[in-house]
Amino acid sequence: MKNNYDLVIIGGGPAGLAAALSAYDNGAKDILIIERENRTGGILNQCIHNGFGLTRFKESLSGPEYAARFKTEVNKRGIEILTETTVLGFNKDKIVTATSPVYGIFTVQAKAIILAMGCRERSRGALNIPGSRPAGIYSAGTAQKYVNVKGYMPGKEVVILGSGDIGLIMARRMTLEGAKVHAVCEIMPYSSGLKRNIVQCLDDFGIPLYLNHTITEIRGEGRVTGVTISQVDEFKRPIPNTEKSFNCDTVLFSVGLIPENELAKSAGVPLSARTRGAIVYQNRETLTSGVFACGNALQVHDLVDFVSDEAELAGRSAAEYIIKGATIHDAFDCENGANINYVLPQKIDKNASENVKLFFRVSNTFRNCTIKAVCGDKVIATKKRLIATPGEMETLIIPTEKLKEINGTLTLSLEVNE
Amino acid sequence: MEKILLTCVECPMGCQIQVEVEKGEVLSVTGNTCPRGKLYAQNEIKCPMRVLTTTVKTYDGKMVAVKTDKPVKRESMLSLMKKINAITIDLPVKIGDIIIENLEGDANLIATDDLQ
Repeated sequence: MKNNYDLVIIGGGPAGLAAALSAYDNGAKDILIIERENRTGGILNQCIHNGFGLTRFKESLSGPEYAARFKTEVNKRGIEILTETTVLGFNKDKIVTATSPVYGIFTVQAKAIILAMGCRERSRGALNIPGSRPAGIYSAGTAQKYVNVKGYMPGKEVVILGSGDIGLIMARRMTLEGAKVHAVCEIMPYSSGLKRNIVQCLDDFGIPLYLNHTITEIRGEGRVTGVTISQVDEFKRPIPNTEKSFNCDTVLFSVGLIPENELAKSAGVPLSARTRGAIVYQNRETLTSGVFACGNALQVHDLVDFVSDEAELAGRSAAEYIIKGATIHDAFDCENGANINYVLPQKIDKNASENVKLFFRVSNTFRNCTIKAVCGDKVIATKKRLIATPGEMETLIIPTEKLKEINGTLTLSLEVNE
Repeated sequence: MEKILLTCVECPMGCQIQVEVEKGEVLSVTGNTCPRGKLYAQNEIKCPMRVLTTTVKTYDGKMVAVKTDKPVKRESMLSLMKKINAITIDLPVKIGDIIIENLEGDANLIATDDLQ
């Protein structure tokens, strides 16, 4: 290990690995990847199910297989990796402080930093679920690590709250390993998981999905003994006399992911209240010059294939920064309007040399709608969708030649067609 | 004639497929966007097939990710799990190594992770 690197990448998951490859191949070869776990690959190491890589490799890979494709390339290039090393912080001068069993607490000086820390799971506490505080309550990702990496089962009788993909995948996984999954509850009227996962993880095993339902009580002293679920009204308030009770020893929470940004926050990198990731330009540079962000640390993606794409963009931009020097930004803002939850990037350079792809999520399920990017009364780009749901990230391309027409804030909104 | 609605599980698109069936025979498949969808629908009517993904124990306590290299019968997944959980293997293992040959028919169980 050296004291300084051109590029330090925080996180060796899918985003960090793809960013490293792209930075290297674009000329920035002096790279250090810092990874907290004992191997790179991030969350993919515990995602043993298949379906990864269909977009990028036209193959259905398991998580470790997808990660291995990138690990092999990183190794071929001899890119330096520090595992079991936790970054404690970094500052605007790009001095990174980290700790590891081998080196103790140490600092490295970087010219550029890429934030690729991934995301974390929303917890029970964040939902204010009433009841006692017994053992047997896990986030779905924690249960996934126990079963797939550590090799032990967290319980036998299971109720799952939240029908995101991890919750659905864990319903199947626990069933295959001999547990009985009594119910998957979803507070929304629709599942945010992929349709294929409803079929192959729930329907295949006869696991009931309760839409418009939430857990209203967790029982048990010492260990969970049961839960009560209730139907909710349109304001997500439990409806009296709709309670159902289940005996169970395990409750899994799969209730959303939040970009992991404690490091960015303490370094003073401005974050977006909507994505809870950094505010970025179209090249994935944050408002702190020379600090870039990508993957689930920036915005929670649906597919790892898209994480790799975004990380490659960040890697390329970081290489450009290292080789050519800091970009002088002359940008306009990009904001979410009606029926749009967030838009990324939040800032776009007027002289960007490539088409800019906007990433966003809609706020509800809409059928037969039009998505519009507007500046004042000028329509810059539109797209029609037969169906748009919050569970699926949407994109809209702003062609380079249109960027010159934008003199003010670009607002993205969704209108339902008459 | 019977009309059956299916959600394809071959890729994240999750196409809604309509199948017309008479006496167990598939007459038509519509709604699929690719040939895999058509094959999926035909199998789904006759004998649903799935790729099984799970883990295998090793003697030093680590778990190795594995999958079947071909789809297996959906109905046999739980009995195959019993067979898979009964074995313990040695490391190292490389992606693609056969862990159980002919687990079901000519479908092998193969490793999907490199572990030392």
